[in-house]
Amino acid sequence: MTLQSSLDIQARSATTTPSPSVRSSAAVAKLIDESKCIGCKACQVACQEWNELREEIGNNVGVYDNPSDLSASSWTLMRFAEVEDKDNNLSWLIRKDGCMHCADPGCLKACPAPGAIVQYSNGIVDFKQEACIGCGNCITGCPFNIPRISKKDNKAYKCTLCSDRVAVGLEPACVKTCPTGAITFGSKEDMVSYGEKRTKELQERGYANAGLYNPAGVGGTHVMYVLRHADKTEQYSGLPKDPSISPLVSLWKGAFKPLALLGMGVTALAGFFHYMKVGPNEVEDEKSREEA
Amino acid sequence: MTNSWVDIKNADLVLIMGGNAAEAHPCGFKWVTEAMQQRNAKLVVVDPRFTRSAAVADYYAPIRVGTDIAFLAGVINYMLSNDKVHMEYVKTYTNATFLVNDKFSFENGFFTGYDEGKRSYDKSTWGYQRDKSKDEFVMVDETMQSPNCVYQLMKKHYSRYTPELVSKICGTPKDAFLKVAGFIAGTHTPDRVMTILYALGWTQHSVGSQNIRAMAMIQLLLGNMGRAGGGVNALRGHANVQGITDMCLYSEVLPGYLGAPTDADTTREDYLKVRTPKPLRPNQMNFPQNFPKWHTSLMKAWFGDAANKDNNFAYDMMPKRDTAYDALAIFERMYQGKVNGFLCQGFNPLAAIPNKKKLGIAFAKLKFLVVMDPLQTETAEFWKNFTDFNNVETDKIETEVFRLPATCFAEETGSFTNSSRVLQWHQRATEPPGEAKTDAEIMASLFMRMRDLYKKDGGTFPDAIVNMAWAYSNPNNPAPEEVAREFNGKALGDVMAPPDPKNPKEPPKVLVKAGEQLPGFAMLRDDGSTSCGNWLYCGSWSQAGNNMARRDTSDPSGLGVYPNWGFSWPANRRVLYNRAGADPAGKPWDPKRKGIAWNGTAWAGSDVPDIAPALGPDSGAGPFIMTPEGVGRLFAVGLMAEGPFPEHYEPFETPVGVNLMCPSNAKAVSNPAARVYKGDMEQFGKMAEFPYAATTYRLTEHHHFWTKNARANAATQPAQFVEIGDELAKEKGIANGQMVKVRSNRGEIKAVAVVTKRIKALEVNGKKVHTVGIPIHWGFIGLAKSGYLSNTLTPFVGDANSQTPEFKAFLVNVEKA
Repeated sequence: MTLQSSLDIQARSATTTPSPSVRSSAAVAKLIDESKCIGCKACQVACQEWNELREEIGNNVGVYDNPSDLSASSWTLMRFAEVEDKDNNLSWLIRKDGCMHCADPGCLKACPAPGAIVQYSNGIVDFKQEACIGCGNCITGCPFNIPRISKKDNKAYKCTLCSDRVAVGLEPACVKTCPTGAITFGSKEDMVSYGEKRTKELQERGYANAGLYNPAGVGGTHVMYVLRHADKTEQYSGLPKDPSISPLVSLWKGAFKPLALLGMGVTALAGFFHYMKVGPNEVEDEKSREEA
Repeated sequence: MTNSWVDIKNADLVLIMGGNAAEAHPCGFKWVTEAMQQRNAKLVVVDPRFTRSAAVADYYAPIRVGTDIAFLAGVINYMLSNDKVHMEYVKTYTNATFLVNDKFSFENGFFTGYDEGKRSYDKSTWGYQRDKSKDEFVMVDETMQSPNCVYQLMKKHYSRYTPELVSKICGTPKDAFLKVAGFIAGTHTPDRVMTILYALGWTQHSVGSQNIRAMAMIQLLLGNMGRAGGGVNALRGHANVQGITDMCLYSEVLPGYLGAPTDADTTREDYLKVRTPKPLRPNQMNFPQNFPKWHTSLMKAWFGDAANKDNNFAYDMMPKRDTAYDALAIFERMYQGKVNGFLCQGFNPLAAIPNKKKLGIAFAKLKFLVVMDPLQTETAEFWKNFTDFNNVETDKIETEVFRLPATCFAEETGSFTNSSRVLQWHQRATEPPGEAKTDAEIMASLFMRMRDLYKKDGGTFPDAIVNMAWAYSNPNNPAPEEVAREFNGKALGDVMAPPDPKNPKEPPKVLVKAGEQLPGFAMLRDDGSTSCGNWLYCGSWSQAGNNMARRDTSDPSGLGVYPNWGFSWPANRRVLYNRAGADPAGKPWDPKRKGIAWNGTAWAGSDVPDIAPALGPDSGAGPFIMTPEGVGRLFAVGLMAEGPFPEHYEPFETPVGVNLMCPSNAKAVSNPAARVYKGDMEQFGKMAEFPYAATTYRLTEHHHFWTKNARANAATQPAQFVEIGDELAKEKGIANGQMVKVRSNRGEIKAVAVVTKRIKALEVNGKKVHTVGIPIHWGFIGLAKSGYLSNTLTPFVGDANSQTPEFKAFLVNVEKA
C-alpha cells in the first residue's frame, strides 16, 4: 500500500539498524473539522473505492454506524453518538474514526515483526502486510483501538492515510471526496494553524470549549480533530482524552526488551544445539509409510 | 431554486425546514458550511427529527409532521405584530396595497365559495377590485388601511396564529417557536438576508403547495426575494429532475410550463386568449403576454411545416385533456381496470406511489407493462412472489412484462438541469453494457415503428403522429446534440426587429438570419418564423455553440454568479427577480451583495437583469415580471385550490383528530379541496387504532431505490430500519436493534428499531404525540438486505394543487415483531 521509497522510512518495527537519513520530507496531517461533518459516509465509500475494498453487507444493530465496526476492509468509519447535556439539549456527535497516525506510534513500538510497521518521515504510519505475522500486538499498542486482523489472511490492516496518493502529491481519498470541507489535508504546520483558527471561530460562535485534538501523549497525531466540545472528548464515541501507549508496550520496549531478546537468543541457541545433536527435524511421509 | 446552490454562501441565515439538506444534498450543503464559516451565517433547522442537518446547526426546533403552515403562519403573525417586515419592499414590490373583492372572506376553516359536494371552491370572490374606468386595472390603497387591502386581510387572517396556538398545534415548545421566529424576522432589514432550503418535506403533503407559499410570503415580507443569499430554494432530489419539470413531462403543462389545452379550449384563439394575461397595473412588463410566441414556436418545433397559419399552427393535432392525468389519477384508473398498457420509463412506481397493495392490484389489471430502466426494479418484478416482501399469487397475474434495458447517466451524452436551473452538458464516460440503449433511442425506435403502422394502417386520428417533425440524421436514434439544438430553437425565416418609432421609414433590421440558432427567447415570434422546443431553454445552444458546455470558473463579482459556467435558465440569469434586489430607485438594498443596479441609463451588474434593461426606476414597472400585477403575491387570487392565504389543515391521517384553527368544523379538519378517490377515504387510519404520527424520508447513504444495487452503498446502510423515540420504545418495551412491526391501515412492514433521542414525543393539544420515522430505500431487489417497500404504509392522497402524495404525514401503530 505504498509508493514511498525506503529512503523515506523514519522508523521500522523490531529493527535495530538506523533509518536512512539523507533526505527528509515535511510532515503532513489530515484535519477533521467535526463542526462541519454531517456523517454522510462519503469518506467511507471513497476509502473503499480507492483501496479497492468491499465490506460485507451487514445488518443494522440499532445505530447509524454501518458497518458497525472497523474491519480489515473498513479502515474508516463514522461513529454517531447522541448526547444530552444537563439542560436536555441534544447533540448528535459524529466522528470519523480511523488511524490517527501518531507521531509516537504505539503499534509500531509493539510490533515484533521486523518492518511490518513503518513510519515515514512525513508522519504516515503504514502497515506492510507482507511482513505481518498476525500477532495482534499492534492492537494492544494502539491507544485508539484501530488495527484489525483479517480473518482471511491473518494480517493487520488500517488506514494508510493514502500513503500511495500522498507520495505522488495527492490528498487522501477521504479528503478529496468530503462534500462539506470537513476534512482538509496539508502540512502538519498548516493544519495546526488552520485548526487553531477554526477553534477560535467556533469559540466566537459560542462553543466555549472548542479545541484542536492533537494529543501530546502520543507525540501529537497526523490526523487531528477540531471538536466543538474538546473538553469532553469521550462523548465522541469514546475518543480518549489523553491517549498514551499501553504500559504493556512500554514494558516490552523498556525493561523487558533485553529479557525478551535474551529469550529469543536462548531459543535460537537451543535450536542450534538440537540440530547439532539430533540432526534436522524430518517429517515422515505418511503416504510412503502406508504403502510400505 | 429562485437562487442557486453557490448563492447560499451569501446568506446570513440559512433555514432548513421541509427538507434535510445535509442528508439528501450533502454536496450542495458545502455552501451552507461555507456561509457559516465565511459569513458567520446562522443555521436553523425545524424538523420532526433531529437530523444530520440539525447535527451541525446553531439551533434546532422540533415540529409535528404536517403542521408547517401553522408554524409559518405563526411566524407571519410574529413579524406583522412586531413590525419586523421590510415595509418599503412590501409596499412597492408586493400586492399588499391591492384591494380585494369585498365579498371575499374566511370563516371557520373555509374561504368563501366552498362546495362540499365537489370538494372544491367557487373562486369568483378571490379576486381584486378592478377600476372599470382605467383599463380594468386593480385598485390599490397606498395607505394600506382599507380592510379590503391585502395587507389588512393578511394581518387579520394570521393574527389567529398566536404563539400559544402554534405551540399547541405543532408541538414545538413556545420558546423554541419564538426563538426561530426571532431568527427569521431578524432578516427584515436590508443588510440581512435569509435563504430557505426545502425539499419533499414540504411538497409531500396534502397542503404541500401552500407550505411553500407560506414561506414565499415570509420571504416577500422580509424583502428577501431577488436578493443574493435569499430566495425560496427547492432542493431537487434527482440530478435532472429540474430538467424533467422544465420539459414538463406532465399532462397539465407543455415544455416551459405552458398550460396544456383542455377540452374547454376548442380553438387556438380561445386557448391563447385565456393564457395571455393583460397587465393588472399600469406600465408593467407582464411578460406572460408573450405566451402566443412561446406556444407557436413550440408547435413549429414539434410539427415543422405541418404547423402553419392555415391550420392554426396544428392546434387541432394537440391532445385536449379531458380529466386529470397526474400520477395518482393514472394509477387510480389502472386500479379500476381502465388502463390496458403502461410504458414505465425511469420510474419505479410500485415503490414510489403510495399504497403498494393498491399499486400491485393495479399492475395486475394491465395487459402489458413495459419497463425501461438501467436496473432491475420492483415494478418490473411486481408479479413475482418475494415472500412477505411481495406476497403475490403469480399464477393469477396475466400482465405481460417487457423489460428494455436503458443506459444510466454515465453511459450517455446530454444535459442535466440542476436545482440551480443550470443546464450542464456532460459526455458519455463509458459504453453501455449488453443490449442497453439510451432512452432516446428506445423512444425514437418505438415512435418510428408506430408511425409506420399509422402510415400503413391509418387509425382514428393518425395526423399528430404522422406529421410530427422528425428531422434527425438517424431517426431511430436522435443525437443529443440535435435534440438540444431543437429545444433551443432556430430562426426559420429572418427574424426582424420591430419598426423603430423614431425612424418609421427605416427598413426594419434583421435580428437573426434564417437558419441560425436563436440567442434567446426575446427573438421568438408568433407568426411561424421561429421554432423552439422550450422557450425557457432558448439561449442554451445559440449560434455561438453549446452554452451548456461552458466551464469558465471566473466569478468577477465574487458572489458565486459564474456567468459563463453552463447556462442558467431563463436567459442565463442566476438569481430570479433580481430587480427586487435593488430598491425602488435602483440602488442595491445591500451594496456588498449587489446583483443588479440602475446606472442611469440601464440595469446592469453581476447578473442578467430580470427586467427590460432600459425600463428604469421611473417607469413604474414592478420587479415580478412574470405576474400581470408586476409584484409578488401575498394574496394568491384564484391560483391555489384551497385558498388565497395558506391555512393550516391537518394531514388526512391526523394524530389529533381536530383542526385547532376551526375546532367546530369537522369538514375542515384536513384540506377541504384535496381530491380523495372513492374508497381511499375509508382507507385513512384513525388515531384510536393508529396513534402514532409517521413520516418517510431518505438517508444520505442511499439514493432512492437505486443504490441498494451498489455494494459500497449497501454496506454503509445495509438493512431496513425505523426510528422511534426512546420514550415510545420504553412504553412499548422495544429494545434498540429489535425487530418491530409497523402497521398502517393499508399494510404492515417489519424492520429493525433504531431507538433514538433524536425523535422526541411532542405535547400537542394537551396530549403526547409520538413520531415514527420510516426511511425509504429498501425493497426486494438488490444487494442490500431485502426489506419492505415503505409505501406499503402510505395513504393514496395528494396535494390539492400538484397531487404530490402525502408521504410525509400519516398514522401507524408499532409493536414488537
